[in-house]
This record gives sequence, structure tokens and C-alpha cells, in this order.
Amino acid sequence: MTKTKTKLIALMGASTLGMLMTASAVQAQQSGYLSILVDNGPQSIATMEAWAEAYKAMNPDVTIDIEVRPGGGEGDNIVKTRLATGAMADVFSYNSGSLFQAINPTQNLLPLTNEAFQDGVQDSFKSVVSAGGEVYGAPFAPAMGGGIFYNKPIYEELGLEIPTTWDEFMANNEAIKEAGKVAVIQTYADTWTSQLFVLSDFYNVLAEEPDFAEKFTANEAKFAATPAALRGFEKLQEVAEAGYFNADFGAATYADGVRMIAMGEGAHYPMLTFAVGAIAETAPDYLDDVGFFAQPGDSAENNGLTTWMPDSVYVAANTASPDLAKDFVAFIASPEGCDIRNEAVGATGPYMVAGCELPADVPPSVSDMLPYFQEGGQNAPALEFLSPVKGPALEQILVEVGTGSRDAASAAALYDEDVRKQAQQLGLEGW
Amino acid sequence: MSASTMAGTPNRAETRAIKRSPYPGWFFTPAAIIYSVLFLVPTFASLYFSLTRWTLFDSEFIGLENFAQFLREPFLIKGLVNTVIYAAVTSGLKVVVGLLLAVMLTSQIVGRGYLRSVIFFPVLVSTVGVGITFTVLMHPTQGMINETLALFGIAGPGWLTDPNLALYSVALVDVWKGVGLATVIYIAGLVAIPQDYYEAARIDGATPWQNFWYVTLPLCRPATSTVITLSFIGGLRTFDLIWAMTKGGPGFASDTIASVIYKQYQAGFYGLSTAGNVVLFILIALLVVPLTMFLNRKQGHE
Repeated sequence: MTKTKTKLIALMGASTLGMLMTASAVQAQQSGYLSILVDNGPQSIATMEAWAEAYKAMNPDVTIDIEVRPGGGEGDNIVKTRLATGAMADVFSYNSGSLFQAINPTQNLLPLTNEAFQDGVQDSFKSVVSAGGEVYGAPFAPAMGGGIFYNKPIYEELGLEIPTTWDEFMANNEAIKEAGKVAVIQTYADTWTSQLFVLSDFYNVLAEEPDFAEKFTANEAKFAATPAALRGFEKLQEVAEAGYFNADFGAATYADGVRMIAMGEGAHYPMLTFAVGAIAETAPDYLDDVGFFAQPGDSAENNGLTTWMPDSVYVAANTASPDLAKDFVAFIASPEGCDIRNEAVGATGPYMVAGCELPADVPPSVSDMLPYFQEGGQNAPALEFLSPVKGPALEQILVEVGTGSRDAASAAALYDEDVRKQAQQLGLEGW
Repeated sequence: MSASTMAGTPNRAETRAIKRSPYPGWFFTPAAIIYSVLFLVPTFASLYFSLTRWTLFDSEFIGLENFAQFLREPFLIKGLVNTVIYAAVTSGLKVVVGLLLAVMLTSQIVGRGYLRSVIFFPVLVSTVGVGITFTVLMHPTQGMINETLALFGIAGPGWLTDPNLALYSVALVDVWKGVGLATVIYIAGLVAIPQDYYEAARIDGATPWQNFWYVTLPLCRPATSTVITLSFIGGLRTFDLIWAMTKGGPGFASDTIASVIYKQYQAGFYGLSTAGNVVLFILIALLVVPLTMFLNRKQGHE
């Protein structure tokens, strides 16, 4: 059964090739079968479906199947296992940066270095989907920032200012708590959401220790032994100890958090800006009530945003229809692809592709973020884009800090121990 | 068999030879092939891979380093302790509750058949489904359990979100789900006790309590040892319910060995998680073999 199917797909691939050869300078029509694996975020599914529809409209002979997988650790597991067993879809979406390094790209993925569309892709993105001198990905979404969403009506009601230092942020929290409101939303039913206070603090780490990432990768710098890096853990502990969290923080989900920040059930929610899309989906009427600022450091002059490169789309090395897959990826990474995305899920941040534009009426949480990216704005990539080393247990460790069962110093030391396993698995020098 | 009817005592080797003879050796090959392909080969392969750093594509031999790393895992000690607590709590409660329910369900009560099926029903439901349902019921602020408690003015705890409580909450759900099986085993054991003993006890003027303590309890010891062994092994390797309800959280508070192993696998540390499975195998053997020997020896004394 599988064999005949593979043969069939191979045949289709061959016919695609043949058609490509016969077609002349005119935009070649594609045909064949393409399977796609995408994560189960509503944004991701909606975007991928919109792309597939548009692509099929242009190429009526193409059949596309979209499969959905869970996100987070469960998703890592599925992607790794399917790649390892040669059962990956032709095209799939997955993280860039350190998680990309962990899926053994040189062996598992098809290089896209010499594809024409790469000319329009920003170098900063290419660098986080490259391994062994080859580029393997195309941007799946706009760039993101990691910081703190805030509820504008609460800020207006209490007359608060956007904080530029951590002390100002804590003062705001105190005022919000005194007003009988939830100051900080945490959602530990989805454990990954616990990491934001630490991960979004990395701009502030780099401000003090510019070479932290290199030293960290080389096993020369540790979170526990670097005061600037330890600050992120301490910040979470401070917020937790002050009792600023929502009552059900242990059982709330990411979807709850998105709803709460939009409807004003909480004043702050540390999160990546892709949540803008989720807010637009779950509480579209409240989209204008949500603003965004970078996680403040200790100095007001040096206030900047920790940025995330978007997820990427990759082509599996053993795909039966490489040309069709590449053509589809090129379509995604074109200005047309961006327009389709804007239409499907709205604008969530600056695009990584030349010629892609944001619509004029972006929500405030996006327009709050854009200055950090523009000329003169201050931003720095998150650690996972500068170092391949990321420990898998950070989210659980930070849940422990948030629930008060572990202090910041011992959490940082525990995380240092956790990353060792990843570094050894990757075969890095010096571990 | 025929040997024993013959006069004199045949020596053992002879008996064995006669017992073995009816089937030719190659009769065993299908079973042997299936057993080695599905059990022996993977077992030895995993023993080997537990000694390597393995990416599923290639493996690098690193000796016992995985075991050293696994035993160094800060959450592992907690996971080990949790596993034993979980196994002890669930098997203990299943014995007590299962026996009480079985006594009730073998006595003359109204709707006995209906009640028996009600008690057994949770065993048939999917574990993950049960886990998700109870996660909703145990939500700290919107869950039905705490909302009901609130009606009586009691502030319910965070069943699954309090690090000190999460493991026990999951264990309770495990008991709820698994006690039906223990009850069925006990019912079979109780029904098998000859009525003569009870009659004799009644003639001696035994109270119902003495009846239970001196007749029922000792005579259903085979059922007890079955229930303890089954639920203890089940508790040691438990994974699905914990993963569905807490994923080992909050933090590492309800991690068991099985969930620690799964997390290593999930993170792509295949050699390390294989080493963890070997550790789990050894642990189960170390705990269960003496336990079974103990329970069986007691049984022999009867």
C-alpha cells in the first residue's frame, strides 16, 4: 500500500519535472501532490489553509493535504520522530534557531540556499535557519517581540505610565494590586508560557554582557554565575512573591491568558507578540485595548526589545516532489504570500521578506512594537537565536519559581545543569 | 503421567524426557521467533543503546555516562520517591476500598447487579478521557469540586496546582478508576470461600466483625496478593493518567520515573531515555520480585 503510494508520488513528481522542462518562460503551472505538516495554533492553520487555497487556485492540478500537529514539547517530539523515520510531510513548519539546530538539518532537510526567493529574505532570518553553510528555511510568519502586553483601559483608569525600568514596572504592579485588580497574568496549564520573564529579559542581559551567548555556547558562562542573566529568574521570583498573579494561575491556559489581557481581567501578560493574532481571533472587539512594551531592565536609557525570529517552513530531504515543494515555499515567502497572510489572520509584526508590507491599520500592540524594530530602535535577538543550546526543562523549572517552590538562584543553577544535556547531545565542544 | 502409575519411583530425568517428548522441538519455533523479534531483540538493543548518545541516525558509545546523568537528574530522585509513594498509595487504597466494596456487593443488598456494574464502569473508560475530565473538575476556581465545596463555605485547595497535593489528587483519580478491577477480583475471592466457615463461626457465636476479621480476611489472601501485585506494578509504571492531568507538574511535583523518561525522549535525548527505561525495569524487578515472593510464601503457610 505504502509502496504503491510512494511510487505514485514519485511518478507525479517526475511528471511535475517533465512539465517544468516543457514549460517555457511563462510562469510554470505546477501539478502533483503535496503534504504539509503545520502546528495546531489557530493562526498557523488559518494561514497555511489560506496559502494552500490560493496556491491551488493558481495550480489546479496540485493536491495539497494539510496535517496538524501539537505545539510545544509534544510537537518537537513528533517532528523529530517523523524526520528520523523518514515519514515527514513534504513541507512542514517548525521553529528556527536552537530548536532548528536540534532536528539535524544537514541530514533531514532539503537545502534552499540557491532558490531565487532567498534574495528577498532578510539575512537576520537566514542566519537562524542555516547549518553547515546552507540555508534550509523560509519565514513562516512575521518577526516577533517578547515582552509584556498591557491592558490600556486599566492603565488609563489608574493613570499609569508605560514603565521603562523594572522598578517602575513593579510600582505599576503595586498600584494595580491596590486597586483590587490582577497585576500579572500567568498561565501554567500551558507550561511554556512560564518562560517569558526569563527569555524576554535577554536584551537586558546582552546590554550588560555583550558576549554572553558565545560564552554560554562554549560552556564558559552560566546563568547562575552571571548576575545579569540571573536577573530574569529573579524578576519572576519577585513578581510571584509579591502576589501579583491571578488566582488560578496554576490552572489557567494560554487561551485564558489571551482572553484575560484583552478583556481587562488582568493588567500585564508577558508573552510573545504572536498573541496579537490570538487576541484578534478570540476577542476581536477588544483588540484596541491591548498595548505592548519591552520587558524593562534596570536603566531607562537602555530600554530595548528582545526579538524572536518567526518559525520557518522547511522541505523534508526525502520529499517525493522537491520542485513542487520548493515552488510552494517560494510562494509563501513572496509579497503575495504576505498579503494572503495579512488577510487571513491580520498583521502581527514586521515581515522578514522584502516587498512585504503591513496594512495601514495595525492593532496598537503591533504599532507599539514597530518602533523597536525601526531605525534608532533598540532590539536584540533572544538567546535561542544566538546559541543552539536550550535546555528542555526551563518551563518546568520556571513553573517551580512561579509557584514558590524554588528560588531564583537554585532555579538558574538547575537550568545550567539542564542545558548540559542538550549541548552534549548536539556534540558541542567544551561540554 | 503414565510414569506415575507405574510401580516404583522413576527418576526425574526420565519423567522430564517423557513429558517433553509429545511435541517435536520445531513446534516451538514460531513462538520463539515472535518472542525474540518482538521481545528479546528490542530488550538487548535497548540495553546497548542505553550505553550510547543516540540521535536515531547514529549513536556514539559513551559507556555508563547516561546512567550517571540519569541518576544525577535533580528531578529524578523526586520522581523515584513519587513513583513509590504513588504505587503504595494507589495499591493500598485499592486493597482497602476494593475489599470493602466487594464485601458490600456480595451481601444481600438491593440493586446488587446494577451497583456492581457502576463500580466497574470506570475501568472501561479511557484513562486519558478520565484524566481530562478530572482536570476540569479539579480546576481551582471554576472546577465543580471546589464550587461544590464553596457552597458549604469551604475554600477548596488547588487539587492539581498545589505542588504538595498534585500527586495525591492524581492517585485518588487512579483509585477511582481502578478500584472496580480490585473489587471484581475480591468478589471472585469472597464467593469462593466455602459457607461452612461462616456457619462454624456463627455456631461459635462470632460477631460480624469477627466474621470479617478471622474468616473473610485470611481466606481471601490470594485475592489480596493478586490485587496488591497488579496495582503495585501498575502504580510503578504509571504514566498516562499523570501525563493527562499534570504532565508531571506543577514544576516537577508529580513527576514519576515514567514521566521523567518520557520528557527525556521528548527532548530528543534518546540514549538517556533508554537508560531511564533500563533503570525503571531494574526498579520494578527489585521491588516486585521480593514482594511477590513474600506474598506467595505467606500463602503457602495457610
